[in-house]
Amino acid sequence: MSDKRVLIVGGGLAGLAAAMKACELGLEVDIFSMVHVKRSHSVCAQGGINGAVNTKGEGDSPYIHFVDTVKGGDFLADQPPVLSMCEAAPAVINLMDRLGVTFNRTPEGLLDFRRFGGTLHHRTAFAGASTGQQLLYGLDEQVRRWEAQGKVRKFENWEFTRLILDSEGKAVGIVAQDLTTMEFKSFPGFAVVLATGGPGLMFGKTTNSTINFGSATAAAYKQGVWYGNPEMVQIHPTGIPGSDKLRLISESARGEGGRVWVPRNKGDKRAWNEIPPAERYYFLEERYPLYGNLVPRDIASREIALICTKEGLGIGGRNAVYLDLTHRSEEYLLKKLGAILDIYEKFRGVDPKKVPMEIYPAYHYSMGGLYAGYEADATGRLLKDSPQNQMTNIPGVYAVGEADHQYHGANRLGANSLMSCIFAGLVTGESVAALAKNSKTAEAPSSLLESECKREDETYKKLLAQDGAENPFVIHKELGDAMSAFCLIERHNDELVKLQGMVDSYAERLKKASSLDKSGSGNMSAVFLRQLDGMITMAKAVVDAALLRDECRGAHSKPAFDNPAPSKETPIEDPAWTAYYEKFLAQTQTWLKTTVAKYDPSKSHPTIEYKDVDTRHLSPEPRDYTGVGKKAWKKFMDNRKATGAAA
Amino acid sequence: MSTTVEVRIKRQDSPNAPAYWTEFSIAYEEGMNVISLLQAIRRDPKDKSGKSVAPVTWESSCLEEVCGACTMVINGNVRQACTALVDKLEQPIQLEPMSKFPVERDLRVNRQRIFDNLKKVNGWVEIDGYHDQGPGPRQDPNDQTTTYKYSECMSCGCCMEVCPQFTTLNDFMGAAVLGQARLFNMHPTGAMQMGPRLDAVTSEGGIQDCGLAQQCVKACPKHIPLVEAIGQLQRDITINKVFGALKK
Ligand SMILES: Cc1cc2nc3c(=O)[nH]c(=O)nc-3n(C[C@H](O)[C@H](O)[C@H](O)COP(=O)(O)OP(=O)(O)OC[C@H]3O[C@@H](n4cnc5c(N)ncnc54)[C@H](O)[C@@H]3O)c2cc1C
Ligand code: SF4
Ligand code: SF4
Ligand code: FES
Repeated sequence: MSDKRVLIVGGGLAGLAAAMKACELGLEVDIFSMVHVKRSHSVCAQGGINGAVNTKGEGDSPYIHFVDTVKGGDFLADQPPVLSMCEAAPAVINLMDRLGVTFNRTPEGLLDFRRFGGTLHHRTAFAGASTGQQLLYGLDEQVRRWEAQGKVRKFENWEFTRLILDSEGKAVGIVAQDLTTMEFKSFPGFAVVLATGGPGLMFGKTTNSTINFGSATAAAYKQGVWYGNPEMVQIHPTGIPGSDKLRLISESARGEGGRVWVPRNKGDKRAWNEIPPAERYYFLEERYPLYGNLVPRDIASREIALICTKEGLGIGGRNAVYLDLTHRSEEYLLKKLGAILDIYEKFRGVDPKKVPMEIYPAYHYSMGGLYAGYEADATGRLLKDSPQNQMTNIPGVYAVGEADHQYHGANRLGANSLMSCIFAGLVTGESVAALAKNSKTAEAPSSLLESECKREDETYKKLLAQDGAENPFVIHKELGDAMSAFCLIERHNDELVKLQGMVDSYAERLKKASSLDKSGSGNMSAVFLRQLDGMITMAKAVVDAALLRDECRGAHSKPAFDNPAPSKETPIEDPAWTAYYEKFLAQTQTWLKTTVAKYDPSKSHPTIEYKDVDTRHLSPEPRDYTGVGKKAWKKFMDNRKATGAAA
Repeated sequence: MSTTVEVRIKRQDSPNAPAYWTEFSIAYEEGMNVISLLQAIRRDPKDKSGKSVAPVTWESSCLEEVCGACTMVINGNVRQACTALVDKLEQPIQLEPMSKFPVERDLRVNRQRIFDNLKKVNGWVEIDGYHDQGPGPRQDPNDQTTTYKYSECMSCGCCMEVCPQFTTLNDFMGAAVLGQARLFNMHPTGAMQMGPRLDAVTSEGGIQDCGLAQQCVKACPKHIPLVEAIGQLQRDITINKVFGALKK
């Protein structure tokens, strides 16, 4: 029954979870992936997956997980999907356990949990230090089982290039290219699920995999799928500088007691072990006594960047700080962090059990993504079996996983992404099944399938013939360097304006670039012209949205518009608190909005609009990770209520 | 330290085209690995003599040695390119595609055979449904230490590249697939489904083709105890046969 076929683009956690659920619900699935799905970017995740299973007697609960997630995301996430995710999280972890994922165990044989950034609870399940790999394999195996039953067809080493939309604008199929024969083919299907991961490579060297072009996102966006919160991209505080990529040391290194420090004295040239404890500046612990080294990653990243760039305290004056585990026993470290410490040693040639690691923040994750909608029930949770859950603004097109804009708001908590990918993947499986049941599924006219395929082939042939003087890989390097320098850790409007001009110039140069390779087999260079075009298109959305958002929120840090809290010594009667909160409320009024970027073919830049955020469960309040100010806020709000000013 | 890195790459323009070698001379940078050499080539695709050539095609994804994509033969040894540090390699660095899998282009090969064989051995744990059923079976943390090892297999194919029994002409499933069969047999639920898995393991191209040459273990980048897996599978097969016969 080909009209019941779902086309799932992407075989990471999100795509595979959607596929196995859709199969269980009786659908047939085609999966497309640029690499064998088992090699998807999800394998990189090291640290773990969050769910408030509360096996440590800490009184943790899904609601507390929800509060942490919403606060961590600076209230920019729509709350119904987040609440549903946090409530389902323990069951999702149990499901993955039943599927054979080799999670670490307690002596009693139960799942073990660790602490991660942005929470006070042990909520993160983990499998060694390759949790993402283990979870992906668990799902991959299930999908293989459905494949053996003939329910799944896999198109691996294929790249999705275009949605096929019928005359009413509904999805009826896709076009994809075989990356070995370079041939295009159309595939009919009543729903298209874009589970294509993050677009990290626009930032050049990052923690992302070499396939994270965001090319599918760009293709769909150019055909009218909205893009939510493009400016919200996350930096990982603990990247390891490398020649080809920025590898990272998982946050679990901080979770297992890793301490971040720099020499207290500027210009201290001594080796780390010659610096006595009193002359080591454990700046996160001193500045954030409650959370210490486990402050949320945006705060950690900014503090690390600033201590190097503004305070000049980086190791040897460089952009690097120590992440120190040497106070832990080797045995303990091997057991808890063996695999990730191996990575460091493998790529840097130094044993982090004996010598502190050197780290610096790196681009890591995109909270923004294709705009994914939802339908809430009366209790403010996702309405079960609604075909609207995870559907984009284009009927029949779904976005899920890192490719969507939901769940994480302005900043993602560590170990929440793996959960959102699997949870939303399962939801998407239910949504497409509901769509198949509820609606007359559109049938793709074969003439349309043919013409769309031909169109893609012709576009590609033009790229292949391109013979200018510019090298696209060089343009890409420049794009990445520029994006990382001016649009990552801190943003300044004058720099962003300059960056807009630079990105425009890359677009111009791309037109004069060569495909470098004229071969009709396994041609990575000609397709790179298309991938780079996608990166530049999405970079414009990121930069434009960043320029417009005049505030600091989550990972988006624009110091000129910062509204810093009064110092923790300020008495709560001090009018500084009132001024701070007034400003906070005004800022919430203007900026607590989802950015929606829409592609406009008539212009070289996107149209940017704003949508209200669904904050029905939890009202915005200032972030307070220092543990003071809570009382001041309560007093302020009580006063407002008393004077009738509260909205 | 020399300022250039000398590289020889075995290339092939399409699946059926003849192979040929191209030499490159690349500017040295600190901390380079084989991936960054290939990246440098595509930013300036010229061979050693300065002649323009097509950039080299290879496969990669994670660059952290967890996805298995970038496997190739480097100075005669099969391994991942992303962990091959230039400083530790003798020059000229010689890059070749794996020889046991069909070449698609240059250094990229087609390893579909591995995934087909995983399908053949029922490489999964079958559960009743994806709905909430509460926690899974309790497991001894020591067992987890063992199973975790096996589940790190990234289907890279190094063990197959070096195996004398695994050739392009036969259909031996190879050590990794046997290791995975062992992994699923160890899982409390997977163990209940051992019978059909063992049948598959003893079908054509199965465990009987292994000559116990033990090359696989030495080549595995994840140090998976493949020979132990093969031994244990053989014991399970024997037990299964005896019990199967008793039941009849
Ligand atoms: C180093 C690292 C460590 C991390 N650690 C953690 C952690 O500990 N906990 C946590 O929660 N999160 C972590 N994350 C984040 C998390 O790993 C990712 O957000 C998540 O795995 C994304 O999964 P996904 O299914 O959305 O996409 P991916 O796994 O990226 O998969 C995308 C899929 O889409 C396919 N694809 C893309 N474009 C196309 C196209 N045009 N045509 C066809 N196919 C296409 C790809 O082939 C791939 O199969 C980490 C991320 C990194 C980089
Ligand atoms: S033991 Fe020898 S024959 Fe058997 S799989 Fe390993 S290398 Fe091949
Ligand atoms: S067993 Fe080892 S060598 Fe073989 S595919 Fe798995 S990881 Fe690679
Ligand atoms: S690129 Fe994943 S193993 Fe090398």
